[in-house]
Amino acid sequence: MKLHQLTLYEAHERLKKKDISSLELTEAVLDRIDALDGEIGAFITVDRASALAAARAADDRIASGSPAMAGLTGIPIAVKDLICTKGVRTTCASKILENFVPPYDAAVIEKMKAQDAVIVGKTNMDEFAMGSSTEYSAFKPVRNPWDLSRIPGGSSGGSAAAVAADMCIAALGSDTGGSIRQPASHCGVVGLKPTYGRVSRYGLVAFASSLDQIGPIAKDVRDCALLMNAIAGHDPRDSTSAPRETPDYTAALKDDLSGLRVGIPREYTEQEGLHSDVSKAVAAAVATIEALGAEAVTVSLPHTRYVVAAYYVIAPSEASSNLARYDGVRYGFRNASGTDLLAMYRNTRSEGFGPEVQRRIIIGAYCLSAGYYEAYYGKASQVRTRIREDFETALEACDVILSPVAPTPAFPIGEKVDDPLTMYLSDIFTLSANLAGIPGMSVPCGFSQEGLPIGLQIMGRHFDEKTLLRVAYGFQNATDFHTSKPKR
Amino acid sequence: MTITKKEVVHVADLARLDLEGEAIDRFAGQIDTVLAYVDVLKGADTQGVSPTSHVISLFNAFREDEVGTHLEREAALANAPDKDDENFVVPRIVG
Repeated sequence: MKLHQLTLYEAHERLKKKDISSLELTEAVLDRIDALDGEIGAFITVDRASALAAARAADDRIASGSPAMAGLTGIPIAVKDLICTKGVRTTCASKILENFVPPYDAAVIEKMKAQDAVIVGKTNMDEFAMGSSTEYSAFKPVRNPWDLSRIPGGSSGGSAAAVAADMCIAALGSDTGGSIRQPASHCGVVGLKPTYGRVSRYGLVAFASSLDQIGPIAKDVRDCALLMNAIAGHDPRDSTSAPRETPDYTAALKDDLSGLRVGIPREYTEQEGLHSDVSKAVAAAVATIEALGAEAVTVSLPHTRYVVAAYYVIAPSEASSNLARYDGVRYGFRNASGTDLLAMYRNTRSEGFGPEVQRRIIIGAYCLSAGYYEAYYGKASQVRTRIREDFETALEACDVILSPVAPTPAFPIGEKVDDPLTMYLSDIFTLSANLAGIPGMSVPCGFSQEGLPIGLQIMGRHFDEKTLLRVAYGFQNATDFHTSKPKR
Repeated sequence: MTITKKEVVHVADLARLDLEGEAIDRFAGQIDTVLAYVDVLKGADTQGVSPTSHVISLFNAFREDEVGTHLEREAALANAPDKDDENFVVPRIVG
């Protein structure tokens, strides 16, 4: 096995035994990026020099034993390019932040650096995380490593493609409406959106503040748990982060699923547009999980038909407010051709934001404007309560809910790029977890007839990531979908 | 039609975005399609339902009012498109 193919756990064990050095591992990963990323496009910035310096520092730490080696020490990790990295540009895949170099690290980056993790680069994404295909990057699209003519999913498409193609050992993404789970599903890797408030958003560029959450994208379930151990926890600088203890997530990795009840939402199996390969793979996954000792029960989420509409009012509304800060004054791009301040704002924003971001700002500004607020944002926020209650009720009858992640396997590049509503409708199964604030996870559960990966979604109660990980781990150990790799 | 071209241009203007020519037609069509779809919300019974503003029960995240370390001026100004030694510089506001 080549070094770049190692899982986080395997790499950690080999570093610990001093079988390999972080420098060797990091060089292997950087060489892999050099060899493949020209055609995949997963990275916006690769900082070779600082990655190698971090690897040397990790090797010194491992050699001296002081401070003691931590879970991520010496591990090459890719970071979605909307998580601030001090001194390394953070673009959000937007022209408006093309040259933005953050003066501070995000909380999750501080935590990783404290462990001497190696940040290999910043990954491509839909501009400001708005999209489901990574086609809305202002710089370049990402291609799915399983089939270069297809999208990798989005918005964390770069992180998912980088993990799938072994261009990093693990990655961080962010998930506002499925942006970790859906690309993980399309790229055949594991992704976890933690409970809202579980991971600090300090230093995460804001898209929709009541929905955004950072989480891991990894080669398997154990790696996902290891990353959660590193990044979860309360942070006083994010007033929405939850002041509670975080468990050792690896303690949840037990094979036995007996005594667990898994809920199958009636409304999801009847969902229009659900691809037969996806429904078959998910049904087979449910059968596997039952065979491992869990009991499947049917549950109901009666407000499912309102989910896409509620989300596509709330998320753009919050975005229009959050993105008001990009005005060409304090950081980022400025178009200075106008003669007065107002012209500078208008020229800067019109030139700096891409079309999808502009569409969402306009939709959001409309939904928040006088006379429309109650009908749109107010109503959607009430419907959000209904959706949240649906999940609370369903999760009284079961421990986790199982569903598809995306209704179809990865679609061809270009298919939906000019049809926003069709793109939005493909998010049907993932948006609810963000609206309800609950954790959601994607694990590989099969392949389409064309050989494209399919993901199983596992959702659970607030702050109960460990039960998601337990189900995912049991399922993974009974199957080998996660060990299949794209051919390159 | 849920939203007119004129309204799209007006809202864009409020958001400090200039729409011109073909972009107006394209955006107006796409945004109208989305808003027409969103109308499904009208069918949801939300009588007496409180809006969700925060998904986990978290109230009043208090902290001590203590002096901390913050960005130095130089770091805060580092990314500015235009600046002098102490300030962000913007085009003239008042004639």
